[in-house]
Amino acid sequence: MDFLNALVTLANFVIVPALAYGSQLALGALGVTLIYGILRFSNFAHSDTMAFGTMVVVLMTGVFQGWGVSLGPLPTALLALPFGMLACMALMLLTDRYVYRFYRAQRAKPVVLVIVSMGVMFVTNGLVRLIIGPKDRNFADGERFLISARTFKEMTGLDEGLAIKTGQALTVVIAVIAVAWLFWFLNRTRTGKSMRAYSDNEDLALLSGINPERVVMVTWLIVGALATLAGTLYGLDKSFKPFTYFQLLLPFFAAAIVGGLGNPIGAIVGGFVIAFSEVLIAYGWKKVLTYALPDSLAPEGLVQMISTDYKFAVSFVILLIVLLFRPTGLFSGKSV
Amino acid sequence: MTLRDASLFLLVALLIVATGLIQSWNLALQILNMGLISAIMALGVNLQWGFAGLFNVGVMGFVALGGLAVAVTSMPPVTAAWAAGGPRLILALAVLAGTFAAAVALWKSQLPRRGWLVAAALLAGVVIYRMLFDPARDAIEAVNPALQGNLGGFGLPVLVSWPMGGLLAAGAAWLIGKTALGLRSDYLAIATLGIAEIILAVMKNEDWLARGVKNVIGIPSPLPTAVQLQENPAFAERFTDTVTASTIAVKLGYSLLFTAVLLILLVLAQLALNSPWGRMMRAIRDNETAAEAMGKDVTGRHLQVFILGSAVCGVAGAMMTVLDGQLVPGTYQPLRFTFLIWVMVIVGGSGNNFGAVLGGLLIWFLWVQVEPVGTWLMSGITAGLPDGDFKTDLMDSAAYMRMFTMGVLMLLVLRFSPRGLIPER
Repeated sequence: MDFLNALVTLANFVIVPALAYGSQLALGALGVTLIYGILRFSNFAHSDTMAFGTMVVVLMTGVFQGWGVSLGPLPTALLALPFGMLACMALMLLTDRYVYRFYRAQRAKPVVLVIVSMGVMFVTNGLVRLIIGPKDRNFADGERFLISARTFKEMTGLDEGLAIKTGQALTVVIAVIAVAWLFWFLNRTRTGKSMRAYSDNEDLALLSGINPERVVMVTWLIVGALATLAGTLYGLDKSFKPFTYFQLLLPFFAAAIVGGLGNPIGAIVGGFVIAFSEVLIAYGWKKVLTYALPDSLAPEGLVQMISTDYKFAVSFVILLIVLLFRPTGLFSGKSV
Repeated sequence: MTLRDASLFLLVALLIVATGLIQSWNLALQILNMGLISAIMALGVNLQWGFAGLFNVGVMGFVALGGLAVAVTSMPPVTAAWAAGGPRLILALAVLAGTFAAAVALWKSQLPRRGWLVAAALLAGVVIYRMLFDPARDAIEAVNPALQGNLGGFGLPVLVSWPMGGLLAAGAAWLIGKTALGLRSDYLAIATLGIAEIILAVMKNEDWLARGVKNVIGIPSPLPTAVQLQENPAFAERFTDTVTASTIAVKLGYSLLFTAVLLILLVLAQLALNSPWGRMMRAIRDNETAAEAMGKDVTGRHLQVFILGSAVCGVAGAMMTVLDGQLVPGTYQPLRFTFLIWVMVIVGGSGNNFGAVLGGLLIWFLWVQVEPVGTWLMSGITAGLPDGDFKTDLMDSAAYMRMFTMGVLMLLVLRFSPRGLIPER
């Protein structure tokens, strides 16, 4: 019984939150890695892109709520999601047309594109704050919990509860669907294959008649959709605040690099590696150990390796270790 | 400097004078003072990016370290806290440093199974460190927590803290450079971005050091304060409006101090740029492989210029904290202290010291003034609307015009004048 309690505690405070957070990071890191693979630069504007898409979702959710439209137990944001994705895709195409294409035509060095993406970051960041303001917004409605701690306790008769928020469950389910679709697209369709070919060897792809502008356009469309998805799921799980979204840039990069920049599978694995290490290292193990160990060995302190405030440091230290010892990441990405 | 460059500087001067005439001299001097500090930061980034092509987006971290140096140098020591846990805490930190040194040494040795040895050494070291550190920290933070709860500083004259800020940032830059400088440009960018966040996390959470988010206030001022001037009869009888006169006098004093520092650094940077060392730096920037083939020590030179540039940012950070009179770790944000400095360097002209200085002054002026202009525009647009949530929202959002404007400005410069207002020559 004690062992089961320990397991449930662990699931409640570590496994469920880390799974949800990991899925959100994976979706975000996929965007970073796709841009790197196809356009060959690290996109500093990615987290603000995500904030932009989510902002449209939040606004549309408000409109739907005003009309009294809802999805019952599911959050209304799911209904607003397609609008956010479309708006974000439009933004991506506009920035590509008016900003990035010029530098692509010039064959500018990647570092120039990184600096340009810093400019785009400022613009998008300002745009989001201009339209929706810097405030923290909670836009999740519908049923709050899939299973609440209380129901779980009553069902199983255990002392510890396991709560699964609707946002967390939705995150994992939607992320699985999105990733499955993405891999089907990349591996089975003509456009997807041409994207992979372009990422692998640009000259060879051009020789075989692949239209680079089309590849780039499709990439931006996918990135816009993925970023909106990641942002909406993160917001449903936690809340929407432009500054928090901006700060997700570092974990995204960490996840993408740990997995190997330019490698989609790597981005997903990297997302979960970062999420689980952040949660595991900052978690106080006291309760779990009290259940799992005999009474005489029960710990007195929190048994927390480092304080929660250093969560960012965790993703960063992993990033640094990977960069120093295996610069191409766990799944060898490209090093341009 | 050509006539065109000089006229650009004149334009900035006119803008600041116009602010003084139209709005207030107080605001004009405030903009000038922060503009001078920004110019120094831009000079530091220009050393790294313009001279050597090092992509450092951790400027915020070095600026914050400069601020920390002020608190550690010039605040009076808290003797009770030192007695409560000072030596124990230093011992704990020494253990931590020793652990890392041992781990690095083990990793470099050719012992069998060195990975496990390193892991064991790290684990043992960290456990011992926590056993020493936790009680010492709690003891220190229990000393008069409302006002102190930290070790305090060394009580040295406050101007000493400026070079100290540079030294502290240089030390951190050495550590970072040793580990991260071998990385490719965008990896280095991401690494420095992360390091800056870690430096901030340490400053926010280690209360024993500089009170964390509880802030250090009452940092001594190198100049007489406005209140001291007002109480001085010699000063008071000369002006009718003593309050305005005294605040302006103090700000003017800072402007002179900052201009002096900026001029010294600018002369040094100019000398460095035109020296054989500067030529070597640019040669390395333009073609690393060729420079290496000519026998230049690329890694060594990169480390050198990374340390120098970071030190300059540290000095600027220390100056800013002294100007504010307080250290507030919560106010350091990457957009304001890293990316905005980058906008200054790009717009001003990377690779040109005068360009960086001009960018610092001009962009800071715009950053401050876009807000009132945005509010003014917005009130014009919303004038016809009835009062209500929508109007308040629009008026509030005007404050964020500055991000948008900076981004547009940066993109325009990158597109139409990629070498900046005062290009490298």
